[in-house]
Amino acid sequence: MKEKLEAIRKKAEAELDSITSPEQIESFRVSVLGKKGELTSILKMMGKLSAEERPVMGQLANDVRSFIEEKITEKANEIKEKEMQREIDSMPLFDVSAPSDLSRGSYHPITLVQRECERIFKSMGFTVEDYSEVVTDYECFESLNIPKHHPARDMQDTYYLENGQLLKSQTSAAQNAIYKKYKDALINDGVPIKAIFPGRCFRNEATDACHENTFFQMEGVMVDKDISISNLIYFMKTMLSEVFQKDIKVRLRPGFFPFVEPGFELDISCLICGGEGCPSCKHSGWLELCPCGMIHPEVLKAGGIDPEEYTGYAFGLGLTRLAMMKYGIKDIRDLNSGSLKSLSQFTDDE
Amino acid sequence: MFLSMNWIADFVDLTGLDRLDLIHRFSLSTAEVENEIFMKGSDLSGVVVAEIKSVEPHPDSKKLHLLKVDIGEENLVDVVCGAPNVRVGMKTAFAKVGATLGEITITPRPLAGFMSNGMCCSEKEIGISDDHSGIMDITDDVPNGTDIKDVYAIDDIVFEVDNKSLTNRPDLWGHYGIAREFAALAGRELKPLPTADLSAYDSLPKVDMKIEDPLCQRYSCLQVENISVSVSPVNMRIRLFYCGMRAINFLADLTNYLMLEMGQPMHAFDSRKVEKIRIKRFEKPFVFQTLDGVNRNIDKNTLMICNDNTPVAIAGIMGGLDSEIVDDTTTLTLESATFDAVSIRKSTVRLAHRTDASMRYEKCLDPEMTVPAIARFVELLTSVDSGVKVVSSLTDEYAYRYDKITLDFDKAFVDKYTGIEIDSDTILKTLKSLGFEAKKDGDNFTVGVPSWRATKDVTIKADIIEEITRIYGYDNFDIHTSRAPLYPVRPYEEKTVEDKIKDILVKRYSLHELHSYIWAYYDEYKALGIEVADNIKLINATNPNIETIRRSIVPTQLVQVRSNVGFAPEFGIFEIGRTVNGLKDDGLCDEHKKLCITLYSKTNSVETLYFRLRDMLCVLSSDIKHKELSFKATQPEYNYEHPRNLNEIYCDGVPLGKMGIVFPSVAKKIDKKAAIVFAEIDIADFAKIETAPIVYDEPSKFPGIDIDISFVSDIFAPIGDAIREAKCALIKNVQVIDTYSDETGKSITTRLTFSHPEKTLTRDEVMEIVNGIIEKLQKNGIALKQ
Repeated sequence: MKEKLEAIRKKAEAELDSITSPEQIESFRVSVLGKKGELTSILKMMGKLSAEERPVMGQLANDVRSFIEEKITEKANEIKEKEMQREIDSMPLFDVSAPSDLSRGSYHPITLVQRECERIFKSMGFTVEDYSEVVTDYECFESLNIPKHHPARDMQDTYYLENGQLLKSQTSAAQNAIYKKYKDALINDGVPIKAIFPGRCFRNEATDACHENTFFQMEGVMVDKDISISNLIYFMKTMLSEVFQKDIKVRLRPGFFPFVEPGFELDISCLICGGEGCPSCKHSGWLELCPCGMIHPEVLKAGGIDPEEYTGYAFGLGLTRLAMMKYGIKDIRDLNSGSLKSLSQFTDDE
Repeated sequence: MFLSMNWIADFVDLTGLDRLDLIHRFSLSTAEVENEIFMKGSDLSGVVVAEIKSVEPHPDSKKLHLLKVDIGEENLVDVVCGAPNVRVGMKTAFAKVGATLGEITITPRPLAGFMSNGMCCSEKEIGISDDHSGIMDITDDVPNGTDIKDVYAIDDIVFEVDNKSLTNRPDLWGHYGIAREFAALAGRELKPLPTADLSAYDSLPKVDMKIEDPLCQRYSCLQVENISVSVSPVNMRIRLFYCGMRAINFLADLTNYLMLEMGQPMHAFDSRKVEKIRIKRFEKPFVFQTLDGVNRNIDKNTLMICNDNTPVAIAGIMGGLDSEIVDDTTTLTLESATFDAVSIRKSTVRLAHRTDASMRYEKCLDPEMTVPAIARFVELLTSVDSGVKVVSSLTDEYAYRYDKITLDFDKAFVDKYTGIEIDSDTILKTLKSLGFEAKKDGDNFTVGVPSWRATKDVTIKADIIEEITRIYGYDNFDIHTSRAPLYPVRPYEEKTVEDKIKDILVKRYSLHELHSYIWAYYDEYKALGIEVADNIKLINATNPNIETIRRSIVPTQLVQVRSNVGFAPEFGIFEIGRTVNGLKDDGLCDEHKKLCITLYSKTNSVETLYFRLRDMLCVLSSDIKHKELSFKATQPEYNYEHPRNLNEIYCDGVPLGKMGIVFPSVAKKIDKKAAIVFAEIDIADFAKIETAPIVYDEPSKFPGIDIDISFVSDIFAPIGDAIREAKCALIKNVQVIDTYSDETGKSITTRLTFSHPEKTLTRDEVMEIVNGIIEKLQKNGIALKQ
């Protein structure tokens, strides 16, 4: 019997060597240790042994069993590891240096610049308003202290429609409506009017690299008791420093616009040279940027606000110009060209 | 407009002041000065007055002469000269050896075999006119050898002011008004203008003159005769030249000089041609020849100066050829007048003829200026030509007077408006220096606006603030923020919605945002076979291609798609833009802000593209409004819409717009093989839809049951409706998992997921609900697929 057990052990060792899959292990385990397995059938013969032989053989049989079990576990682990390695090795190596697929959407550059401005103004407590593109003569001129036959109407060539309305030539066309919308809160509750209104404007002129008949402006107003020129300059300087993300020097010169008094042309220190003078500022050190001024008393009156009690300032920013400055767009016509080659380049920029 | 500092210095003492700095301050306080400032005469040196003592012909040249000139030194100088006008005894400008003229330095050099030790100069060569026909002929009695700059005012600083920045300042269209600004900026006195005393001629007869039209505000005139001087003094010619005008003859130069000095245009008529001056308009149109020889069409709105009934000049714009001063004119009539500014501006536009005079009249000139201008004219005329005789008394009709403007305000008003402290004395001094009659009583000011600022420019208190602050200097402002109480700022819903839409379309669906124009593009539409929808038109579009306002952005985007087909095999574009849907009941345009999306693909089927678009719209709605969309088939309205699969889009029962496929013939013109789909929704209507709140639904801890049921139906809508109408809270999810077509028709397999928050559902409980749905559908003729 001892020989038989030894033989089983040797055979098992040899067979295990040649096993390569978990299924083979299982059938091997059954063939040796299973109910009808070789070892089991030998153990069944145990009863025939003498009382002295039985414990010795019993011990030996148990040793053989644990030996085989141990070997099976070892083999099973070995196979598992090999399989894992095979799975690992089956993963191909990717070429991470290959060009990326960057296909993504794009915002119009005006949207990007507009959002940036809106963020700045919102942070300073301004509301963002929107206004129609077709407006009345009253909105665009009359209410802005530009009566009929005023030379200021010659300054802007306006697109007129058959019904007497017009395509707004300036975002100021929204001023009157905004005053009327917020005047009650101003007068009754003392809430200052602080609003910006970005929008599309139209001028009836021939287009070239510097001129467009359709472009974007952003107008802003603040009205309250005791708003002063000093506040206006402070505000413009602060706001423009935020817009250009650097400390901007501003300079005011008298400028004539019928809806403000006094009216100013605002220059900023040249963004390229910082004021030293360079070709981009025609060696003057300054860039003419935006018109602004104290809101004309007649304009406040037309909006239902008493100019004796309230004062305010207004300013206009050329969003189209800002976008061109920011992104180095040289031809204004690119913006409305609808060309994806040009316009798909503008990804989120906040 | 060009301005001469010498001229300005006639009226304000600038001694000891940095003139360039003053010009800079003028630019910041008054009107924009162009960057380039001209230092006249700075590149000229060593040029003296010389007398030609002898003229010998050159042996080998017909053009050249050999001269000996006296330059005030011991020896005469030999010069070779090519000018045609050389003569013995003539005095001229002579550039000595070592002289500089611009970039040229004069050296002795041989010229056609003879040494030339210097150069006789033309006026152009020394930069005082554009006359290069011969050498300068100096008629003034000046010792030889005197530096030319000591004789004539060649050294000057000339700067240019942007005319646009003077639009509202009629007083700044002449040097005297500009000098007033410099005086105020420099804190010095403005000198009075030297004028002749016209009352001396009061006993002389009047000119026969009558204003017969209210468009003439004031007309002043005077007759003079016996003018013998024909060439203007050199210094006068230099100033005119520096200010951009050519010298013509003394009389013409003098009217121009006066206009540049005072801003008052003047005109001189031959008195024989204007015996009865009448200012009026004519009912019937006619042709009139102006002194530049051009025939111009005059209509009933154009104000004319007439000799009785014969027009002799277009008022405020240009004189006529027939009444111009000619060689044998002995007596002339000087006109100094003001006219209605709007009328002059309109006539200028109508005639398409803008002159130096009309440019000034358009700005509302001060009528008070007409008489002083004549007095100044006479002063200048007689100082140059002592033989001139005034032969009429001043004849003046003052038909329209501007109101005298007086403004009252107090110190507190100035403090409030400026936000800084400017003391009362500074306020008073500033206003007085600008010619305002300013008085102070305690903290109250009373300010009389001078006539030259009262025609339209200064009318209200805020205008006075500008006067005070611009001279004070905006650079000198102590700037500070306003102090406003804190109030919440509420976002504007429509704007928020727009921003969200853009983010979803760009970030989730990789669409590209484009901008376009508000009108239909005829040519581009035509190329695609798209009809331009009838709509309100522009009345003054310079380009007829763009005269109709668009009703929809879809055609715009189809044009854009066409121009981008080479960009990529597949792309999507969108815009939030405006359209006009005809007129509303009140006659105003029915304007809409719309979102338009167009998808284009060469690589995907039209079905895939269509569903991609539908899902985009559904995501916009569910993401922004937490609501579902529904669709309803509709009929095409425009010829670019495919009649099939055109659907109206609804949310909460509100129609928002539509989505569809591009009509085959239009699509083929864009691209023969690509699929193109579009959708357009109204932003305002979408923004108005109430956003559903998010209500938390705690996931059940108990297992759910999935039931798959198949119905024979072409569309899902009735199935979805039946499920919705069951109003069963246990249905947690509805999915279409399969569609199948066979001889019985199309069948749709729907998976319903049930779960109960507090227990495990049994199949029987669930089947009861499912059977209800099946029954309902069967009643509507939709059978269960066996």
